Amino acid sequence: MPDIAIRTETLTRDFAAVRAVDALTLQVEAGAVFGFLGPNGSGKTTTIRMLLGLLEPTAGRAEVLGFDTRTHSGRIRARSGALLENPGLYERFSAEDNLEFYARVWHLGSAERRARIRQLLDHLGLWDRRKEAVSKWSRGMKQKLAVARALIHRPSLIFLDEPTAGLDPVAAAALRADFQSLVANGEATVFLTTHNLAEAEKLCTHVAVIREGKLLAIGHPDELRAQSGVPKAEILGRGFTPEVLLALRSLPMVASTEVRNGRLTIALRGPSDLAPIVTLLVTVGAQIEEVHKGHATLEDVFLKLMEEDTA
Amino acid sequence: MTRDLWTMVWKEWKEIFLQRGTLRGGVFTAIAIPLGLLGIFIPWQEGPRWAESSTNSVVWIWLPVFLVATMICESFAGERERKTLETLLASRLDDRTILFGKLAAAVGYGWGLAMSSLVLGLITVNVVHGHGPLILLPAATVLLVATFSLLASTLAASAGVLISLRASTVRQAQQTLSLSLLGLMFGGLFGIQALPTTWKMWLARTLSGATLLTTELVGGALLLALDLLVISIAVARFQRARLILD
Repeated sequence: MPDIAIRTETLTRDFAAVRAVDALTLQVEAGAVFGFLGPNGSGKTTTIRMLLGLLEPTAGRAEVLGFDTRTHSGRIRARSGALLENPGLYERFSAEDNLEFYARVWHLGSAERRARIRQLLDHLGLWDRRKEAVSKWSRGMKQKLAVARALIHRPSLIFLDEPTAGLDPVAAAALRADFQSLVANGEATVFLTTHNLAEAEKLCTHVAVIREGKLLAIGHPDELRAQSGVPKAEILGRGFTPEVLLALRSLPMVASTEVRNGRLTIALRGPSDLAPIVTLLVTVGAQIEEVHKGHATLEDVFLKLMEEDTA
Repeated sequence: MTRDLWTMVWKEWKEIFLQRGTLRGGVFTAIAIPLGLLGIFIPWQEGPRWAESSTNSVVWIWLPVFLVATMICESFAGERERKTLETLLASRLDDRTILFGKLAAAVGYGWGLAMSSLVLGLITVNVVHGHGPLILLPAATVLLVATFSLLASTLAASAGVLISLRASTVRQAQQTLSLSLLGLMFGGLFGIQALPTTWKMWLARTLSGATLLTTELVGGALLLALDLLVISIAVARFQRARLILD
């Protein structure tokens, strides 16, 4: 497998007057779990469709696993697994038959098919219900089965388009855990689209943020958090009156303050020593229980990028 | 390609047989009932006349067309309606395998069932009514029925696939196919009626002058040409991007 699993150069796709993907240039290293983040309608699904060769780009080009998406899309699909917008399961079929069909599609031998189906269904806790029609299953179970289907042939590259969308928090967490353990050997590259930032933070080694088809940022989650430049302090306590907040904002290292449910969040101007802040709070009569020095979450980074782009 | 085609046929047949919820129920409805009716009940009732009746040939030709037409609309419109199409298109199967797999499944079911009930009918007639020499269909009739029913059901399947490629729902595909078949049938009838008298007389003279074999060969060649034409159009119109966006 090449070192770069996915490479796009000014990849663009128009639908009539709408530009869904706008000159997207990025690289995804082989073995990475790459999070492609963006709000609804930002061009994530269109990008996956182009990478799989299901849609032709209007301009630009993309190479996946060393193959051009325009000329060798069949070879890309042969080496990839995909869980797209919909689970894509045959609801009249049992779980076993769904996996059986796609295992046959990928030319797994009879013994290998049986072993792999058992391995995946066992791992996902679905083996005992393998004979049931999928139509009777919950959405969470269907998504698990769809993940199993995407992995049945041990692909080099896995596309997951919002795999936990529409799931309740428990089902989503279970699916994330299953997914993490299934791709833990790190042999496959994963291209994951989501607007669940906590999910991206937990799963991804690299992320890119897209909005209205344009790439806003790309890098390791830590790099993005550092680039966002919003270190912050969180203080739990009482007595955070408007006067206290006014006094705090007079300190040069304080960018902004916000109080919610007795928790004071202070955005700092760069890495700062918190001692002057704590001293000031005590001096003006606030009561402090806990102090946390924090970094921006991926959500902070994402929201900041969205705000900057809107501005 | 053969292995992939068989995989597609396996999947399509499984979907047909699971329409009733269980495999047993589906096999009973989709295979046992037609076989019992056409291969046992009717031959039993009609006796040796069953093997001599020329109207039966028409039934054997139309039966697979009817069976194919009932299932082919499901092919792409059904996948689209049930949101399984994009995942199928994202697999390693190539365009022709998907298209011909669906055609083969429909024709294999319709034609296979028709031929099986023909054979079963012969067995039934001989077992129930045979007292002496074997009751058999003339070889020419068997050849005619087998060839024409195959060509006619292939035409129905390829027209159905063509319609199903662009239809957003199975119902829409079924309505369009039904109207197309009706149009073809009545169009042919009224078309001949509308011909100038001299043309009609020439046609009647040609047909009465020709041997049955010649007429069959011409008819078969016409059907084959139509099959190839419609299949070619379906192959040309099978575009993954359009299938996903429709």
